[in-house]
Amino acid sequence: MKKFLIALLFAPILAFANTSTVHIDKWPGSVSDKAALQNGAKLFVNYCMNCHGASYMRYKNLLDLGLTEQQVKENLMFTSDKIGELMRVAARSDEQKQWFGAAPPDLTIIARARGEAGNAGAGADWLYTYLRSFYRDANRPTGWNNTVFENVGMPHILYGLQGQQVMNHETHKLELAVPGSMAPAEFDKSVSDLVGFMVWMGEPQQEYRRTLGWFVLAFLAVLFVVAYALKKEYWKDIH
Amino acid sequence: MAAGNFEKYKSDGSLAGNALEWVDARFPATSMWKGHLSEYYAPKNFNFWYFFGSLALLVLVIQIVTGIFLVMHYKPDAALNANGVPIAFASVEYIMRDVSGGWLIRYMHSTGASAFFIVVYMHMFRGLLYGSYRKPRELTWLFGVGIFLCLMGEAFFGYLLPWGQMSYWGAQVIVNLFSAIPVIGGDLSLIIRGDFVVGDATLNRFFSFHVIAFPLVLIGLVAAHVLALHETGSNNPDGVEIKANKDENGIPRDGIPFHPYYTVKDIVGVVVFLMVFSAVMFWAPEGGGYFLETPNFYPADPLKTPPHIAPVWYFTPFYSILRAVTYPLFGLDAKFWGVVAMGASVVIFAFLPWLDRSPVKSIRYRGPIYKTLLTIFVICFFVLGYLGTLSPSPMGELVSQVCSVFYFGFFLAMPWWSRMDKFKPVPDRVTFK
Repeated sequence: MKKFLIALLFAPILAFANTSTVHIDKWPGSVSDKAALQNGAKLFVNYCMNCHGASYMRYKNLLDLGLTEQQVKENLMFTSDKIGELMRVAARSDEQKQWFGAAPPDLTIIARARGEAGNAGAGADWLYTYLRSFYRDANRPTGWNNTVFENVGMPHILYGLQGQQVMNHETHKLELAVPGSMAPAEFDKSVSDLVGFMVWMGEPQQEYRRTLGWFVLAFLAVLFVVAYALKKEYWKDIH
Repeated sequence: MAAGNFEKYKSDGSLAGNALEWVDARFPATSMWKGHLSEYYAPKNFNFWYFFGSLALLVLVIQIVTGIFLVMHYKPDAALNANGVPIAFASVEYIMRDVSGGWLIRYMHSTGASAFFIVVYMHMFRGLLYGSYRKPRELTWLFGVGIFLCLMGEAFFGYLLPWGQMSYWGAQVIVNLFSAIPVIGGDLSLIIRGDFVVGDATLNRFFSFHVIAFPLVLIGLVAAHVLALHETGSNNPDGVEIKANKDENGIPRDGIPFHPYYTVKDIVGVVVFLMVFSAVMFWAPEGGGYFLETPNFYPADPLKTPPHIAPVWYFTPFYSILRAVTYPLFGLDAKFWGVVAMGASVVIFAFLPWLDRSPVKSIRYRGPIYKTLLTIFVICFFVLGYLGTLSPSPMGELVSQVCSVFYFGFFLAMPWWSRMDKFKPVPDRVTFK
């Protein structure tokens, strides 16, 4: 009987085993690497922010990456001169819609939005793979296509760094046809930094949140000992 | 034990004593304190399952207090701001980033929503284990079912407020269900939405329901639930009536004053609960994408339907039952009967006190039939819940149909099977196990 019940419990899980068609690489970075986040911030404002906004995010939050106000103002602020301003994009979304077919989404919390049920961290992996999977496709208006996001409206904005990949139709794999300014390993590291910045930006206080959790749990552990001793003391004459 | 049978406080001449006497002459302070706490006698053999009532009250307080602070910063407005983002959605991110401690308050509220359902499901399961709904506690149970219904409404309205993709399309799907009702359906769903599509009017009225109407009703029902319980006294894991055996002072021999005994015990439960709650809130506030669904990090877009619209986990068992109904009947389409089945699957809990005909209350003295059927019922509930998170599929449909049939069969055939079991003799006094 017990075996039957257990089998019944797992039957649907086996029946609906997830099958994904595109291979997604694991994002190798970490949000606690400040130097990587700074590099990611630089790439983000120089490349992504030409079209995408990060409109829930303020420039002053970038100070948390270990930068001074002077450094942020000189290196990372192209759309505003006030450190308290939101990281808006200059381009107008209705015009962008005409250019690309769809308005580029706001990227502040894109890493969280791209997560999956059962794996909230999957967004970083998806972004890491997506940004490295552009290839030349003459059939697309921009001249670019992507294996992870088929017929995407976005062109390969980082192609100067990565170079140009083409699809080998026999192996169904991407090959580097024209090298860019970075070696493949160097490019992967840069994309990893960029993704790290987007993961961090999705929730800038996330490291603090995790640390605070330890203090709260430690406090509750002490409280538990006291509460349990109190209960024992009161209940010792109840049989 | 009815409050009011207690004598009023007589001052000992001290300042505090005089003050209490003054209050007591005008308000039943002492009698309420005694009737509901210091001289409310609860069975001494409560176990693990009896923590969840007080925990539900704790979570209600957490939700109300965090909700008050969220309303100070949240804006129920579907209009787009200068960056092309709905103001409601942007105000949630504003709380997460720019409001001091806002992220903590918001995560407490979002984690609290899921915690509320976990605690309430455990609390209801306790009722099934020990027959807490049986005579004389039918009204306590009915108020409890009312609380559960109210909580579902509260959660549904609240889920629209962040105005993300899943908020929007989830509300769209659920409100459309009402349009399946013959004759009045179309107008009814129009009245609920306040518009032909889910929009600003919907957001504003759901906000009103979420922060005023439903919390008021919820608090009233909770008060009624506790008052009814204190009138009959609590059940216990043995299902023995402790009031049947009183000492010379009229105090149940197996009863102990709720305060201080159960207050100090519940504090231990509260601390353990807060440890689990904090672990989720600080280290996994998305609850693996089930407490905060990831598509809800996209702002609501009326022109882009998500490929898969899944309700939050606490609704999925009932949502699966809705989807399991695929046959039209009596000239009405399957969707209507799905809505009926879904409604019935929740409301059917209210009939438990009259469906259960077993001579004993507690599972401890019931036989293999109840233990087996209850186990399968729980498994069906989990399987339905899991299937409700997935996209529809032929296999899922079949499994959910089998589980739905069992779900209803469990209740509807209860008058027969609950009598047939092999029962053990019930002791006169409670036991510690």
